[in-house]
Amino acid sequence: MADESTSSKKSTIVGELARSINPTLMSDLYSNVIEFLSGTRSFYVLLVLGLLTVFGASVAGLDAIRMGYRHAYGVTREISWGLIISTYIFFVVTSTGLCIVSSIGHVFGVKNFMPIVNRAVFLSVVTIFAGFTVIFFDIENPFRMAIYNAISPNMTSNLWWMGTLYGAYMVFMAIEYVLLLLNNHKFATYAGLAGLISGIVAHSNLGAIFGMLHSRDYWYGPYMPIYFIASAVMSGCAAVLFFTWVGYKVNNEKMDKPMERALEAVSKLTILMISVLLFFTAWKVITGLVGAPGKQAAIMATLAGPYAVNFWVFEVMLGMVIPFVLILYTRFKNINVSFIASAMMVLGIFFMRYDLVIVGQIVPAYHELGINDVPALLPYMPSLHEIIITIGGLGIVASAFLIGERVFRGHKDSGVH
Amino acid sequence: MKINTENLKEDMNTVSKIERREFLKIGFLITGVFAGGTVLSLASNIRGAFASTGEFTEKYPYKPHYSMLIRQNLCVDCERCIEACTKTNEVPSYGYRTIILEKVVPDAIGQKREFIPVLCNQCNNPPCVRVCPTRASYKDKNNGIVMIERKKCIGCKACVLACPYNARYFNEEVHAIDKCDFCFDTRLSKGEKLTGCAAACPTGARKFGDISDPNDFVYQMIHQIEKQVWVMRPEAGTKPNVFYMKA
Repeated sequence: MADESTSSKKSTIVGELARSINPTLMSDLYSNVIEFLSGTRSFYVLLVLGLLTVFGASVAGLDAIRMGYRHAYGVTREISWGLIISTYIFFVVTSTGLCIVSSIGHVFGVKNFMPIVNRAVFLSVVTIFAGFTVIFFDIENPFRMAIYNAISPNMTSNLWWMGTLYGAYMVFMAIEYVLLLLNNHKFATYAGLAGLISGIVAHSNLGAIFGMLHSRDYWYGPYMPIYFIASAVMSGCAAVLFFTWVGYKVNNEKMDKPMERALEAVSKLTILMISVLLFFTAWKVITGLVGAPGKQAAIMATLAGPYAVNFWVFEVMLGMVIPFVLILYTRFKNINVSFIASAMMVLGIFFMRYDLVIVGQIVPAYHELGINDVPALLPYMPSLHEIIITIGGLGIVASAFLIGERVFRGHKDSGVH
Repeated sequence: MKINTENLKEDMNTVSKIERREFLKIGFLITGVFAGGTVLSLASNIRGAFASTGEFTEKYPYKPHYSMLIRQNLCVDCERCIEACTKTNEVPSYGYRTIILEKVVPDAIGQKREFIPVLCNQCNNPPCVRVCPTRASYKDKNNGIVMIERKKCIGCKACVLACPYNARYFNEEVHAIDKCDFCFDTRLSKGEKLTGCAAACPTGARKFGDISDPNDFVYQMIHQIEKQVWVMRPEAGTKPNVFYMKA
């Protein structure tokens, strides 16, 4: 009986899917390609630049594999995770954020958020793909990962959960996007919900990779998984404001009212999330100042040490305070100002990820013993290879975004149902 | 030096600076301030480093339960242990499995320098094993050594970050993380009784043994309360199997 109902349900799903595929899809695709080819000159210049960085990064990545990462990258035994890992985190935080922000409209049905859904879902797939691409060049044996992640899983490892769930997440989000294109909103919502759940669990596990290292005072505690989710929503808002504005410029179109209202709603959410993150950051600093010596040393490095510029200028001012003031001053209504604020945030958030990864490792393991010949704070400087690969990751997002804007015609087909 | 306690009864001004320092040093010894920087009181020493209660052997039922005792003040930094380790385990020049930390205390009285050999602590609660996504790092069920199955190592380096003792590095030659395994592959599994470093140590600073055997030297040294025994970074909660004391 139960079997029967499942099989009948399955056939319904397949049937609906089949019905939802538009017979004129092929001709649509064809006209999309024509549309793509009729882009402006500056569009192609940007696209070629983006693709060139991807090409450069591929060369740098392959060269790093040939040389060995130890030679190619600035990482050391003590600071094993460098710029590439922080870039990976930057991408997956953005992706998870885009997924969460899009789900407000598409999964939870808040009408104001509908117009931004398609672009956000598309970009969440693009950014997670960019993340996977850059981390491919940091994991020493990525091909073993594909095998042993499946046949020798460690259920206590946050890294295992993160990798596995993000893999599933990318598939769900891609399916959601395809279903959105097919205008099948019912199943797209299910896929979106599956993506949202796997994304949030994966992302909090990414936070827990750091939060559960009980020998690393700077990271240890329940703060990290919670912070990662809050931070993702903020990043998602910034990405939506940023890419929607640029998208309209690329297509040389004027925003309609629903889209303006949507960006206003996202701006409001941005202000809320910046407030949350400012609160998080303030208490991280204040509690850290009375913590274990290792934590104090790391916090001081961000307040008044080698990471002070990163922290005060990029994280606090560009990442949070100035955007907060700008958006609030214009009362969420000035789309151009919101765009400038979001561009600052994207830059600031990149530094947030970098500092989060590096500062957690700069205090030497035996710092409390007062060992000679070991600096109080360990140095790290990204190498050229690491920087090129990072730029290539950004190039993947930029190129895919530009192509997406053309091929999918400004992601306008959906949102209303 | 002997402290003239008669002086103490009278006037503090008659106590020399050296005497005062010596007196303070006794206090520091009791409270454990000088214990390698890891502050442990005598009570927590027993809980933290004493490894023979029924509960302990039930929880960590390794046979043999390999362990190392470092008698810190006997180390003269001759580095023969490092040499032996490198040769035995083919450790590349850019890595190490064991190292000797050097600590100089300029205002200490008498000896101003001490050497602290460090290696993998073969923890009973190893963070590196928990974080490994593919179970390439594992704790051997028989002898408690933390080992690596090289073919499963994806090189994510999460274990390197998780280790509180900086005991791990990525070995390009074998394309996997490398660390001390108490010379299990190269010596113990071939019938040798000691690790390469312990066998090479000329002063007896490194003592290798089995803490499941009451007749073992290491067992006997760490199961007494006259001498203080401590472990590295006890706050990390890793329950190490490398113990430290002064001979």
